[in-house]
Amino acid sequence: MGEDGESPKINHSFLRDYVTEADVISTVEFNQTGDLLATGDKGGRVVIFQRETESKDESEELGESGEYNVYSTFQSHEPDFDYLKSLEIEEKINKIRWLPQQNAAHFLLSTNDKTIKLWKVSERDKRPEGYNLKDEEGRIKDISTVTSLRVPVLKPTDLMVEVRPRRIFANGHTYHVNSISVNSDGETYLSADDLRINMWHLDITDRSFNIVDIKPANMEDLTEVITAAEFHPQHCHLFVYSSSKGTLRLCDMRESALCDKHSKIFEEPEDPGNRSFFSEIISSVSDVKFSHSGRYLLTRDYLTVKVWDLNMEKGPVETYQVHEYLRSKLCSLYENDCIFDKFECVWNSTDSVIMTGAYNSFFRMFDRETGRGVTLEAWRESSKPRAVLRTRRIYTGGRRRRGDVGVDSLDFTKKILHMAWHPAENIIAIAATNNLYIFQDRVNAENL
Amino acid sequence: ASGAQGPALVEGVGLGMAGADSDDSLYPIAVLIDELRNEDVQLRLNSIKKLSTIALALGVERTRTELLPFLTDTIYDEDEVLLALAEQLGNFTMLVGGPEYVHCLLPPLESLATVEETVVRDKAVESLRKISHEHSPVDLEVHFEPLVKRLASGDWFTSRTSACGLFSVCYPRVSSTVKAEIRQHFRTLCSDDTPMVRRAAASKLGEFAKVLELEYVKSDIISLFTALASDEQDSVRLLAVEAGVSIATLLPQEDLETLVMPTLRQAAEDKSWRVRYMVADKFSDLQKAVGPEITKNDLVPAFQNLLKDCEAEVRAAAANKVKEFCENLPEDSRETIIMTHILPCVKELVSDTNQHVKSALASVIMGLSTILGKDNTVEHLLPLFLAQLKDECPEVRLNIISNLDCVNEVIGIRQLSQSLLPAIVELAEDAKWRVRLAIIEYMPLLAGQLGVEFFDEKLNSLCMAWLVDHVYAIREAATCNLMKLVEKFGAEWAQNTIVPKVLGMANDPNYLHRMTTLFCINALSEVCGQEITTKHMLPVVFKMSNDQVANVRFNVAKSLQKIGPVLDSNCLQTEVKPVLEKLASDQDMDVKYFAQEAISVLSLA
Repeated sequence: MGEDGESPKINHSFLRDYVTEADVISTVEFNQTGDLLATGDKGGRVVIFQRETESKDESEELGESGEYNVYSTFQSHEPDFDYLKSLEIEEKINKIRWLPQQNAAHFLLSTNDKTIKLWKVSERDKRPEGYNLKDEEGRIKDISTVTSLRVPVLKPTDLMVEVRPRRIFANGHTYHVNSISVNSDGETYLSADDLRINMWHLDITDRSFNIVDIKPANMEDLTEVITAAEFHPQHCHLFVYSSSKGTLRLCDMRESALCDKHSKIFEEPEDPGNRSFFSEIISSVSDVKFSHSGRYLLTRDYLTVKVWDLNMEKGPVETYQVHEYLRSKLCSLYENDCIFDKFECVWNSTDSVIMTGAYNSFFRMFDRETGRGVTLEAWRESSKPRAVLRTRRIYTGGRRRRGDVGVDSLDFTKKILHMAWHPAENIIAIAATNNLYIFQDRVNAENL
Repeated sequence: ASGAQGPALVEGVGLGMAGADSDDSLYPIAVLIDELRNEDVQLRLNSIKKLSTIALALGVERTRTELLPFLTDTIYDEDEVLLALAEQLGNFTMLVGGPEYVHCLLPPLESLATVEETVVRDKAVESLRKISHEHSPVDLEVHFEPLVKRLASGDWFTSRTSACGLFSVCYPRVSSTVKAEIRQHFRTLCSDDTPMVRRAAASKLGEFAKVLELEYVKSDIISLFTALASDEQDSVRLLAVEAGVSIATLLPQEDLETLVMPTLRQAAEDKSWRVRYMVADKFSDLQKAVGPEITKNDLVPAFQNLLKDCEAEVRAAAANKVKEFCENLPEDSRETIIMTHILPCVKELVSDTNQHVKSALASVIMGLSTILGKDNTVEHLLPLFLAQLKDECPEVRLNIISNLDCVNEVIGIRQLSQSLLPAIVELAEDAKWRVRLAIIEYMPLLAGQLGVEFFDEKLNSLCMAWLVDHVYAIREAATCNLMKLVEKFGAEWAQNTIVPKVLGMANDPNYLHRMTTLFCINALSEVCGQEITTKHMLPVVFKMSNDQVANVRFNVAKSLQKIGPVLDSNCLQTEVKPVLEKLASDQDMDVKYFAQEAISVLSLA
């Protein structure tokens, strides 16, 4: 940003022009400091972005609006084939989680449907020089010229970012892994598939402990699957998992080794008046997140986001409609499978604003203080320097304003499923199919 | 020792450059040095493992000024290379010029102590501890202690965890001012922000307490122990349990009650099962550390609670300790305590809902009979043994059977034999072959304890049935079992009971069973001796050399090779040799091969 201090980029995006299925982003995650951002895609690749640090000398007003630039790209998972079950295992990255930083290197876990991998991302700026038996170009020296021993010396070189696989946690899951979550104890993490949750030690790859198993003895009795799971941010013994029936279960690992019995179950009594064929499908929880404070839970189902207080099991303390206007469209959304889309939801750094995705490249933010929501659009124009993220309105009746979008003209292929919020600042990362948008500063509550 | 490696290596590399003017001895070292940065991990590892050779060739001066700085910066490498490096550096003192220069080893070990891989860090700490003893007291304060401080106040938790393991080695050898600093650093780490560091501190607390003066144990260590034992993370609390045991051994009896016991009592009732599990797991050590009085008053009720814990993992850990706990009870009140406090809990565990608990108990319960004596065993324990022998879980039954010897000594096995037999038969016919395998392995032991008559009457048929099991591993184990039985009961018994049945199988229509005959002969010939082998077994083997199945024929060749040493030379020449020669001209390649091999091994050519 040094060359043009007057007009800093407030927004930033990484746009790919040719869309291939493999380029579709499938997960986005900031690390603990927010300086690194990782995305995973359907092609099994992980791209890490790093925030440039030169912006320290920026004016106060603009804050540290360093741009995010590509830091490293690597292939995390390859397509695989399960020969016993004749099943293809996709390389798609389902989740990425960063480990708390433990030395100069960074570590992240990435998972596809079956296998979790631990990666080390490190920098190297020195290179050994000096061979005894060959020169630096690799030509073998004449032995007779070797009259004394030479110890290699490390010389500074261009910065290289190395990514290396550290551990591969395989064979822990029979069903598809939907979540991974690192424990606050710093040595364990959990992984959840449709029916089971396993706990792993980060140093041990050949064994994991099954902590939840909801597989019925007879698979025909199956009525519920696990959709997401997460550890409490501070209490190492607590974790929560959500289900396709719209319930949340909080488990305390202190009570017993197998957490089949939950400590608390959070669910909202069903409104009998609203019951329909789609009730169960749309109540399925697609994502669950603890607030940074650890006091609240945020969940997303098809039409709403909800905030739950850990101290109140009988219902959410806040419910926000994400796109209520779709309630009359459920039939066609069922036919085109959109009703099964799994939207994520995130908290901002102070737990005061929540954000979740929608269709037509729209995403929603809700201010918990005022209860007001805003619809924003991730599109190329707003990723230009100094552009203001524009709010949009869906026309649902009444007086139609200029720029309102009709429900029938929404593009259901442009869905925003994955997103992340910087752990300390107003920076959000939005994955819109194959594009990653990073918006800074302009996304605070005053827009709402 | 490192000196001896040098020349050996020179030969190993093998110089092929005759006539070169250069110093031949340099070449292999040059290769090793170059391979320190080879692309191939295996070659790098190889070079690191010969680091002492490199250092020896470079001399102490260049090792200090060139090799060590290079190694300090190579922490980018693979774990296995770093692990080897960390280990090598622990033995490097002489190679850098002796104790006077040992501090030169600190920089590379310091950087290794901060890597993310636990095994590498632990090895670096181990080497640092080792070389700390080679530091003079002055060097320890000038070089080593500052390193510990740097690690202890490092930015990343990896370095702080490493520091925890170094306090106890420098503490005894530094001045009292530095001692005070060290205690302060340890205190800081015990309340570190990250649970990883608090865990490291908790796991080293006992060790650190051992080198501290008693007054500081009482003032510093106790408060740290109390704090760690009530940490918000159970992963930290559980490590404090072991520290508590170590601390208890250091304190005089009269201080235990006020300083340690409240915390330990609290741990035994912790909300987290993992902490209670740890208490159960360390119970015997704890018992020894606190002595008989506290055991009677505190540990007995605590142990009862652990045996009744709501979490099966805890009950299993406690059940495992039942025998040891009872054994170590003070003698004057041992029997009363067991009979009135422990046995009622044990009775409940026999019908526990969790099979791991029952099987943990089954592995130790028999040991109680020696402690309680004959009458109590018959009256109180026997019903429990019998109940466990009928348990639905095979592992429980196996554990009882495998420990029969304890009971045998006290009441004789007859008391049990009526119930034993159905249990054995059921295990012998279990649908899982691993269970069958496990019971076979106990057969020789059982046979010894039950005696030959009982065996012949009840168990012999089982042993023979295993020979025709449909799983090879079982047939193989059954063969081996026969051999061990013969070792116990003698050749005559073998000739009368086993050999006829084994040889009868030679006519079985199933070739796998015919082969089993051969495998049995292989196993039995030596224990049965020359006479039985020659007279009874050999004719059957010869007959089988005409078998229509090639696998049987080449096993005949293998058998002849195996039993050859038992036979006399006349028999070998006149009888074995012609049969092998015939087999050597067999149509089947494998039969030929094994026949020829037997001929050459037996020197019959």
